[in-house]
Amino acid sequence: MPFIVERDEFNGFFTALRDMGYEIIGPRVRDSVIVYDRLDSVDDLPIGMTEQQEKGVYRLRKRDDGALFGYTVGPHSWKMYLFPPRIRLFTAERHDSNLKVVEEQYSAKRLAFVGVRACELHAIQIQDRVFLNGTFKDQVYEKQRKNVFILAVNCTVSSSTCFCTSMNTGSMVGSGYDLVVTEVLKPRHHFLVDVGTSLGHELLSKVKHREASREEVEHALSMVEENARVMSMMGRRSIDTKNIKELLYNSYESRHWDDVEERCLACANCTMVCPTCFCSTVEDVVDLKGEHAERWRVWDSCFSDEFTYMHGSAVRRSRGAKYRHWITHKLASWIDQFGTSGCVGCGRCITWCPVGIDITEEVKALQQGYAAGR
Amino acid sequence: MRRDSKSSSRRKRPKLAVWKFASCDGCQLSILDLEDELLELADSVEVAYFLEASRAVIKGPYDISLVEGSITTADDVKRIRRVRSVSRYLISIGACATSGGIQALRNFKDVKEFTSIVYARPEYISTLERSTPISEHVKVDLELHGCPVNKYQLLDVLSSLLNGKRPNINSYSVCMECKRAGNVCVMVAYGMPCMGPVTRAGCNAICPSYKRGCYSCFGPSESANIGALSKRFKDLGVDDESIVRMFRMFNAYAQGFRDVEEKVMEVNSKQ
Repeated sequence: MPFIVERDEFNGFFTALRDMGYEIIGPRVRDSVIVYDRLDSVDDLPIGMTEQQEKGVYRLRKRDDGALFGYTVGPHSWKMYLFPPRIRLFTAERHDSNLKVVEEQYSAKRLAFVGVRACELHAIQIQDRVFLNGTFKDQVYEKQRKNVFILAVNCTVSSSTCFCTSMNTGSMVGSGYDLVVTEVLKPRHHFLVDVGTSLGHELLSKVKHREASREEVEHALSMVEENARVMSMMGRRSIDTKNIKELLYNSYESRHWDDVEERCLACANCTMVCPTCFCSTVEDVVDLKGEHAERWRVWDSCFSDEFTYMHGSAVRRSRGAKYRHWITHKLASWIDQFGTSGCVGCGRCITWCPVGIDITEEVKALQQGYAAGR
Repeated sequence: MRRDSKSSSRRKRPKLAVWKFASCDGCQLSILDLEDELLELADSVEVAYFLEASRAVIKGPYDISLVEGSITTADDVKRIRRVRSVSRYLISIGACATSGGIQALRNFKDVKEFTSIVYARPEYISTLERSTPISEHVKVDLELHGCPVNKYQLLDVLSSLLNGKRPNINSYSVCMECKRAGNVCVMVAYGMPCMGPVTRAGCNAICPSYKRGCYSCFGPSESANIGALSKRFKDLGVDDESIVRMFRMFNAYAQGFRDVEEKVMEVNSKQ
């Protein structure tokens, strides 16, 4: 049953989350961009802000209202908290000839993610499959994941780089949240709130709320549906996912990769900002005396030579081959490997590519090339 | 060079030499700048030849030679061969030693013309046509990039050599370090030209961390695409001459940057 929380009461979520022992992480403006960082109160949200996103371009813009969630996604994603970019795995100490290895004990903080979008929730669930399913679980991820509260937001706005509707991941939040809110600005600024878990219920019970009327529910959700409708219109970014696996697998020898070779920087930005990319490597450090050593895990990328280095050479050296590998994994072999697409349509790789390579355009070019037998 | 696991003060320490060729001494200063680690370093290796730090010289051969600077004279050519012959491991450090340095700008012009303009008596100047990296003259075991080198990377290389570990030297782009640091991309968010996407990591993205574009102190990354980045710079309003100058800095003569002029012309011909 949905509820209504008035705008003036929204800070109650922040107070209650802190009372429940959570550190609050969410969107805030830093360096003229909406990033994810620590929030202390509702006032830290990018109130009345939005952004303009295009291929290789991000600009912060003002809205003419006081919306709390009137923007989409920035360069950060929640993976930086669940799968940290740098983390120590163990330390080793040597005294005389005794070597002692001490595994890192992760003390996962209770984190409340505020403002998680539908595409991002899908991305978290995709990483859950990567890190938690199977024989070996990622302990760092598991510990942090168990300590996360998710306050999700239904999207009533989209950026030009968003294409979640074509990936079936938005704009309405599906599952996996503790609470989900829909922001309604007019005629009265308020939020429609839906509860996903008992923990979400506990939080809501600490914030002033009332039951929503049928009209209020319909009004709020119609805005989310309208956003999805706009996103699905002709001319908007999208990926036609029909036979996408076959398309990528059959495009292995496509001449299109030579074209990508000329444009791609192989700088790895797309993989760093992608909320589902999960590759890492380890780096060992040691002091001069060889008495203290540490092993660190850091984000890696399939765009580095080292990634495929084997006895004397890297397997994939050309930029075209690296991009082919990335897009093929993301859209095709991911399905074989994990049962879902690796792309959630958030558009980060489009905006944050320094030269504006657009995954949706690359797929279209491959489709045209395939149809023409190239 | 893994030393005995039982460390004792009487153990034989590897001999370290630091050599200078055509350079500004900045990389050598990076070693002296390791203030918190210097005593431990001096305890771990025998500093046998390091004129920037001490005039006391201990005869070779040397276990580790760090070579700063580029080869610019006929005498340099002879001297680097001598250095090589007395060194077990030779590591070239910094942009000069790995790519020819900023003085390699001469490689694109007529050096005689420069000397005739700069010096009152150019006939006294004896110099080679080109400023070249150490690796063009002798076998180099490891190259450490940067202008100057990152002192912690240098420390990691020495610790690695002493303890038989692989050093953490990466040739991927600065963007990887920049994104791991959670920085905002200055090119995408502010339209600021940045060399990060074509530049080798190693500095922890220091300039973008302070909202400045990267200057490429570390030179070209492994798959630097200077044509595509030049095109982007053009779109951001940078003129051709300025684009060429962005690549013609500390690592102008590095493989991967040296043909930037042709690449910019190629971009123009396609537009």
